[in-house]
Amino acid sequence: MEKVLMKGNEAIAEAAIRAGCRHYFGYPITPQTEVAAYMAKRMPKIDGVFLQAESEIAAINMVYGVSATGKRVMTSSSSPGIALKTEGISYLAGADLPALIVNVQRGGPGLGGIQPSQADYFLATRGPGHGDFHVLVLAPSSVQEMADLTVRGFELAEKYRMPAMLLADGTMGQMMEPVVLPEEQKPAAKAPGWAVTGTECKRPHNIANSLYLSPAELERLNVERFERYAEVEKNEVMWEEFMMDDAEVCVVSCGITARVSRNAIIEARAMGIKAGMIRPITLWPFPKKPLLAAADKVNAFLTVELSMGQMHEDVELAIRCKKPVYMCNRVGGMIPSPDEVLNSIKKAAEEGGKAQ
Amino acid sequence: MRENQIIIAGFGGQGLLFSGKVLAYAGLHEGRHLSWLPSYGPEMRGGTANCNVILSDRDVGSPIVTHPDILMVMNTPSLDKYEDEVQPGGSIFIDSSLITRKVRRTDVTAHYIPATQIAVDLGLPTLANMVLLGALVKDTGCIEDESLKASLEQVIPARRANMLELNLKALQAGKDYDA
Repeated sequence: MEKVLMKGNEAIAEAAIRAGCRHYFGYPITPQTEVAAYMAKRMPKIDGVFLQAESEIAAINMVYGVSATGKRVMTSSSSPGIALKTEGISYLAGADLPALIVNVQRGGPGLGGIQPSQADYFLATRGPGHGDFHVLVLAPSSVQEMADLTVRGFELAEKYRMPAMLLADGTMGQMMEPVVLPEEQKPAAKAPGWAVTGTECKRPHNIANSLYLSPAELERLNVERFERYAEVEKNEVMWEEFMMDDAEVCVVSCGITARVSRNAIIEARAMGIKAGMIRPITLWPFPKKPLLAAADKVNAFLTVELSMGQMHEDVELAIRCKKPVYMCNRVGGMIPSPDEVLNSIKKAAEEGGKAQ
Repeated sequence: MRENQIIIAGFGGQGLLFSGKVLAYAGLHEGRHLSWLPSYGPEMRGGTANCNVILSDRDVGSPIVTHPDILMVMNTPSLDKYEDEVQPGGSIFIDSSLITRKVRRTDVTAHYIPATQIAVDLGLPTLANMVLLGALVKDTGCIEDESLKASLEQVIPARRANMLELNLKALQAGKDYDA
């Protein structure tokens, strides 16, 4: 397979096109503007739609409209722009519509900064919007995964009729790496049965709607949706293990910090510290089972993240606080160096070992 | 295992990110593992810019270079910022037309190349980056000559094909410079 060199943001855009996505709506914001720029260049040449909306809110509602017709559709933004989209994401969830939302995170809160962050972890995993719902959350850790998880995001969103969020960070968006692009798929010729495409007087109307004034009906829909979520949690958890066979310290990290942690783990091993990593690839559903299983083997966990400890909570929950969970974090656009992670691994190995 | 951790830094507009891309594409041509990470921000021509390139025989972990074994600098603030981070035994390539001070460290090899002057003399004042890169590649051998040409053919867009020869000429001038 031929490898090409691409920025993470460009790989997302090209992978989406290859997945048959012909509708992109967005509004520029650093550090993800290359997604929109790529779409602007390519979409008109392949009979697709690129539209720079007047705002993020407009863009997500355009996504809602296209999704209702059963076509693959996406938007992309970065943290403050995603916050604006949350109303529309909730509506998509409430109407059971699939869509791909790309969030190339930057530091916050507020306008924050433009350097990499993972501080939208809660926003993404707890339901980005009002009401009871989840979105699928995929966390790429390489340019290859930026491409692969874009395709996976569309597939899962459609399979479960729910929005999917590709949760990347500024580094992943800006860096270039060799990537094998996914195979070209044609846009689906036939719309799914629920799509709002005109009845031609041959079937009852389909309606894309999230307004249900009957509490009993709204309750039923919520419960049914969570039955579907349970299926997602059963079937779609993705993670990667690195040097976990004999590990005594289990690092848990995703995205750019998983890359930094990898360096630190190799250094720790060279010093005789048995470190390994469980890297969540889906953040929702979270890889609770492998973490809980690891809790019986390791002495301590260490989360490495670009937030004040948002994933940390999920790890403690997943392992039911059976073992101490340490944290190595930087925020505001700062990224821990491998040395900082290594020091935290040493500390977790020492103190976690004593706790046994 | 062969691995190069490279930082290329200077002012925006000097073609530093482009120089890094040339190395990255050359690495791709050689089938090596690699990453290229630019600084990004509210930067523009005249501000600071840098990129990190890693060329390796194994999977690249962090794409962020904290301790380069190769540093290429085209302004004084970048030398000030990165000099102390270079690995002992590493190499620093300096555009001595723009940076007048010397490297303070004694455990690294400093190469002073008047890249901007050489480029101006060639009538290619915007290609000082390629002159410096030529010297870097020749001295470190981090990539093959062959792949450098293949890389340029990929990196330079077809509509600017006339730039290929000029870039090669600038690279050669850097290789030929006897420090």
